[in-house]
Amino acid sequence: MSEKTGVAFSETKEQAQKLIEVIEKHKNENGALIPVLHEAQEIYGYLPIEVQQKIAEGLGVTMAEIYGVVTFYTQFSVNPKGKYKIGVCLGTACYVKGSGNILDKIKEKLGIDVDECTPDGKFSIDATRCIGACGLAPVMTVNDDVYGRLVPEDIDGILEKYM
Amino acid sequence: MKNLSELGLIRDKKKDYVNLRIEDKAEAKASVGESKVRAHVLVCGGTGCTSSGSQKIIHEFENQIAANGIAEEVKVIKTGCFGLCALGPIVVVYPEGAFYSMVKVEDVEEIVKEHLVGGRVVKHLLYDETVENDSIKSLNEVNFYKKQRRIALRNCGVINPEDIEEYIAIDGYQALGKVLTSMTPEQVIEEVKESGLRGRGGAGFSTGMKWMFTARASGENGKYVCCNADEGDPGAFMDRSILEGDPHAIIEAMAIAAYAVGADQGYIYIRAEYPIAVKRLQIAIDQAKEYGLLGSNIFGTDFSFNLDIRLGAGAFVCGEETALMTSIEGHRGEPRPRPPFPANKGLWQKPTLLNNVETYANITQIINNGAEWFKSIGTEKSKGTKVFALGGKIKNTGLVEIPMGTTLREIVEEIGGGIPNNKKFKAAQTGGPSGGCIPASLIDIEIDYDSLIQIGSMMGSGGLIVMDEDTCMVDIAKFFLEFTVDESCGKCTPCRVGTKRMLEILDRITKGKGTLEDLDRLETLADGIKSSALCGLGQTAPNPVLSTLRYFRDEYVAHVVDKKCPAGVCKDLLSYKIDVGKCKGCGICAKNCPVGAISGQVKNPYHIDPAVCVKCGVCMSKCPFKAISNK
Repeated sequence: MSEKTGVAFSETKEQAQKLIEVIEKHKNENGALIPVLHEAQEIYGYLPIEVQQKIAEGLGVTMAEIYGVVTFYTQFSVNPKGKYKIGVCLGTACYVKGSGNILDKIKEKLGIDVDECTPDGKFSIDATRCIGACGLAPVMTVNDDVYGRLVPEDIDGILEKYM
Repeated sequence: MKNLSELGLIRDKKKDYVNLRIEDKAEAKASVGESKVRAHVLVCGGTGCTSSGSQKIIHEFENQIAANGIAEEVKVIKTGCFGLCALGPIVVVYPEGAFYSMVKVEDVEEIVKEHLVGGRVVKHLLYDETVENDSIKSLNEVNFYKKQRRIALRNCGVINPEDIEEYIAIDGYQALGKVLTSMTPEQVIEEVKESGLRGRGGAGFSTGMKWMFTARASGENGKYVCCNADEGDPGAFMDRSILEGDPHAIIEAMAIAAYAVGADQGYIYIRAEYPIAVKRLQIAIDQAKEYGLLGSNIFGTDFSFNLDIRLGAGAFVCGEETALMTSIEGHRGEPRPRPPFPANKGLWQKPTLLNNVETYANITQIINNGAEWFKSIGTEKSKGTKVFALGGKIKNTGLVEIPMGTTLREIVEEIGGGIPNNKKFKAAQTGGPSGGCIPASLIDIEIDYDSLIQIGSMMGSGGLIVMDEDTCMVDIAKFFLEFTVDESCGKCTPCRVGTKRMLEILDRITKGKGTLEDLDRLETLADGIKSSALCGLGQTAPNPVLSTLRYFRDEYVAHVVDKKCPAGVCKDLLSYKIDVGKCKGCGICAKNCPVGAISGQVKNPYHIDPAVCVKCGVCMSKCPFKAISNK
């Protein structure tokens, strides 16, 4: 929940307007909820309760249904993500090549766990499923940058770039 | 596009252009035609190569080619995956078929000046296996490609997936044309049935039968065809590569399927984690609509078909067919009991056909070349080829497509190039969290659906992870179980609670707190879950444990009885020691130890204090004399 990182919900006018448009666009489609949640997360970066409530009203779906869907799928996050989203691939190919140690090192370095965000809002860690760069295993990503063939000693240098 | 002859016109117009890069037709290429283009630079734009920077290489090629004034004669084409991901980024220059591997931005200038302007292949940048004495070998003679047979991957790494005309040039949409204008739905189904094609998603059900059941279901209120591109097995990326490299092949096949079963709407359910594939698929769908190959009255017939993408949201269970449909409907992706099967009651309770990406990728070839041709490839009960994502402890990580019946040894030793660092092959894992391990003693097994089931594994969707002596089989079983526990949707108790109990036992074992009774308990639980879980995810979840217990029981026993991890992986069971005979007293270990657990005098053997040691393994990786062990 949002208490976890203590970041209060706030939105801009543009964000609110965009969400209304998204809901309007999908409203009459069959199975609209998941596409709307995807686009809402694009707009806000995550799906706080406040946004879920707006979607519930807009689509005429109960909050229970929405909260159930949001928490079912790992792509949807009720916590804000960091400015730099770190993803460590825990697919099998990366795992047998030691991505577990890479993840441990990042957690230790940033002092946060998976799915958490540093208090300054800068970094968050996701343990991702296979991202398909198995040829580069083990792999981590920072936003759109991909780092491959890693050893734990590389981590300091990589994180340094974003500090 | 109104009819087949218009399709033929586009094909003929573009054919020479594409032939330039098709190896056995490369001779004809130089005969120019009306096009001035004399060379193609193919750069892999698959996820693997994009991750290693192929986009920058494309830009650099375009800049350098323009700077040298040859932009009219040399075209840069972004293709799908070539398969040899370990050597990415990959660049292939035609007509020579020169295969440049691990290309860096700095190399581009040399390739342009020497090769494209000067006409001299830059040998030192080529993939070394393609260089023989002074000449370059054809890719088909290289070990990695020699034993492969590319049917599903036929266009990956050949055409530009974002240009529908390139797909049409190599006979794209001809199969759809043939089906719509000269075959009845029954004949199409008969052809697919006759081919012996089985579902490539893992279970291996006859594709033709599935089509027949859906066709026979009454569909007064409409029917659907769906494509399962929710490729969730960790370490598997076949479907993604097909969608990235050849999206039109899937669109065409789905239209054929829709005609055969009587549907007019299709959905492709694809993971949101595959942004490149989603983008190319959307481009392909838009182009197909523009060319009249999707939409109303295709090829002037009364057949109409629309296709939409639905994004998954990160739930492994949605790869299960009923869960996938629940998810498209907008709910939590929980499976439901079968029957009723989707062929009778699927999406929104209407008859629905669901096949996976690789299955569809074979369809147009079966229609074009006939069932007899397809049947001639493979084993008695498994026809055709299978694509595997080869990964883990293997040299040639990447995507391979082999005829069914190829042995595991051929895949690992010849195609895969063996295990790096002179380590020993220990096992290969297929089928991901639903599958099992094939131990070294069974390396000569001929791979097909039935042989894998027989030894306690399964084909699965095609992940093939190679493990060497440094991989702990208990840890791997635990890894997969963590995955299933995490991904269990929670609807049925055997899966939700049972897998969790199994994981707790495995966790105890890897911490040295297990007992021999725990091994029996694992087996009892596994049997219970297999026979009582609701869906495929739960029913197969115990497989990784059962198969490692079957082939590597001694390793479990070592953890339980000797409290040792023979592979040196399970941290709690390791103790780091310095071999006084090998230690030269350089002190590097002590300098690198993060907790100051190592002490000693220079030029004398050092010592690790086990009470302080946190078992991080840094000393072992730093020791220049390999004097530190952890077993």
